Amino acid sequence: MRTSTGTRLTLRTVALGYLFALLAVPIGLILWRTFGDGVGAFIDSIRTPAAISALNLSLLIVAIVVPLNVVFGVATALALVRGSFPGRGLLQAVVDLPFAVSPIVVGVSLILLWGTSGWFGGVENNFGIRVIFGLPGMVLATIFVTLPFVVREVEPVLHEIGTDQEQAAATLGASSAQTLWRITLPAIRWGLTYGVVLTIARALGEFGAVIMVSSGFPGVSQTLTLLVHSRYIDDHNTYGAYAAATLLMGLAVLTLLLMTVLDRKRSTT
Amino acid sequence: MITVTGARKSYGDFAALDDVSLDIPAGTLTALLGPSGSGKSTLLRSIAGLERLDAGTVVIGGRDLTHVAPQKRGIGFVFQHYAAFKHMTVRDNVAFGLSIRKRQKAEIARKVDDLLEIVGLDGFQHRYPAQLSGGQRQRMALARALAVDPEVLLLDEPFGALDAKVRADLRQWLRRLHDEVHVTTVLVTHDQEEALDVADRIAVLNKGRIEQVGDPVSLYERPANDFVMSFLGSVATLNGVLVRPHDIELEREAPVELVAPGHSVPARVRARVERIVRLGFEVRVDLGTDAGERFAVQMTRSQAADLDLRVGETVFARAARGQDPELVGAGAAI
Repeated sequence: MRTSTGTRLTLRTVALGYLFALLAVPIGLILWRTFGDGVGAFIDSIRTPAAISALNLSLLIVAIVVPLNVVFGVATALALVRGSFPGRGLLQAVVDLPFAVSPIVVGVSLILLWGTSGWFGGVENNFGIRVIFGLPGMVLATIFVTLPFVVREVEPVLHEIGTDQEQAAATLGASSAQTLWRITLPAIRWGLTYGVVLTIARALGEFGAVIMVSSGFPGVSQTLTLLVHSRYIDDHNTYGAYAAATLLMGLAVLTLLLMTVLDRKRSTT
Repeated sequence: MITVTGARKSYGDFAALDDVSLDIPAGTLTALLGPSGSGKSTLLRSIAGLERLDAGTVVIGGRDLTHVAPQKRGIGFVFQHYAAFKHMTVRDNVAFGLSIRKRQKAEIARKVDDLLEIVGLDGFQHRYPAQLSGGQRQRMALARALAVDPEVLLLDEPFGALDAKVRADLRQWLRRLHDEVHVTTVLVTHDQEEALDVADRIAVLNKGRIEQVGDPVSLYERPANDFVMSFLGSVATLNGVLVRPHDIELEREAPVELVAPGHSVPARVRARVERIVRLGFEVRVDLGTDAGERFAVQMTRSQAADLDLRVGETVFARAARGQDPELVGAGAAI
């Protein structure tokens, strides 16, 4: 289709204006507010004990969630692509559930299930492991909302590579474990990496599900998103909220940069 | 020596293999030839252990391998679409089976280099499969399969994904390689020319059954039935019988008809020349009978020159040999 110069310029202006107003302005505003008083104030604000604890907790949750999602995500993707078992269609639908269900619903249902009067309440009542209002609850909530990413990124790659390479490895004497380790995993590594990056970004940014199951004590059980929220709403420390938000954004941007770099590497090999 | 006995395999109610028994002598290059859906690939994959038979046994070199995993069968397998390990270099691809067997690094390197020289990929050690052409990838796959010194080499339509020229070159090359390496080789193909060109023995499959097994000449000359005849080489139908187009003689004049006792079918068929096509070395004459039957006759250029046919004229065609009722005995004796 040919468009006149005038139309082309109008379309570009509209698209850029849309992105600018909806994405660039809000983010730019926060950056401006954060660094308006100099970098020193920003650094002071993110070096308070509560901020350091929140950063650590966010990273700890990522560190627990990512390996679990990698192992179970790859296993689920393999089952969905290679397996033939009753209920496969159901599993397909269940994997997408976190996309459809609001995070706040996830939080409520976790309390219902793991709370002291829930089905699994025995874990806390008998063993003294605090699930809801403790780290396990936040991990469970984050796993729920990030579960589809690895599965959905790995699945199409598995479809694409087919079973020829794995069968070839078998005829060459490789056991199933050797085939998985030396053939299948390297073949899906880019899809897996992509899924991991998305998982990290989502885990860092999760708010709705986590706030329901966290006790929310500053310096103890606040993630970065909860810190932003409590500083703004509870402490009326707007500057602190901006600074924490900037830190959160910084991590997200870092993750996205990593993804772009990996993406470029993928297209060259 | 590979012995398959009473092999059966069904997918739902489709019988891919229907009581197949086949002996493949050691050191031969045998082609499994048949149309798609004939069960030839299923048979090959069953020999490899990539398919589990519903019934029957597979014995290789005296060992019953029916219930043995592909890893332990001592086979090399080459896939139609190469199945190259894309994330590995050519060297690592070929070395894969040896490194699984935990051979010494130096021994692996030497063997890989030797094999790459044999398959004509010397100097490609550090390339990735994506940097090779289709033909090169398939030669790499062959080197990879040969690296583990397999007792039998199984090739599943190995040249099917390549273009015609490369295909013809590669099968000549495979034949020479086989004459050097002498490993018992089974090749699946749907291309009769490929089978006739490269194999010592051909097993023709149709609908999950073996129609005939033999060397290329006897299969071509003495097909056991119409299916084998029409699958190996082109055929014309003359008076309802299959005849090779180059086994039909054309004459201008019909001599006095001598109908054999008990035969009501005249040996000669009246036909009109519809088209004359010169295909380089040979000449094809398309004919039509009064009954509306069409058939083609192949002849050499000198034969065509002697006859000096014209489009539109009427000739008499007879089967010079083959399955003509009167000549079937004579044909079989040739």
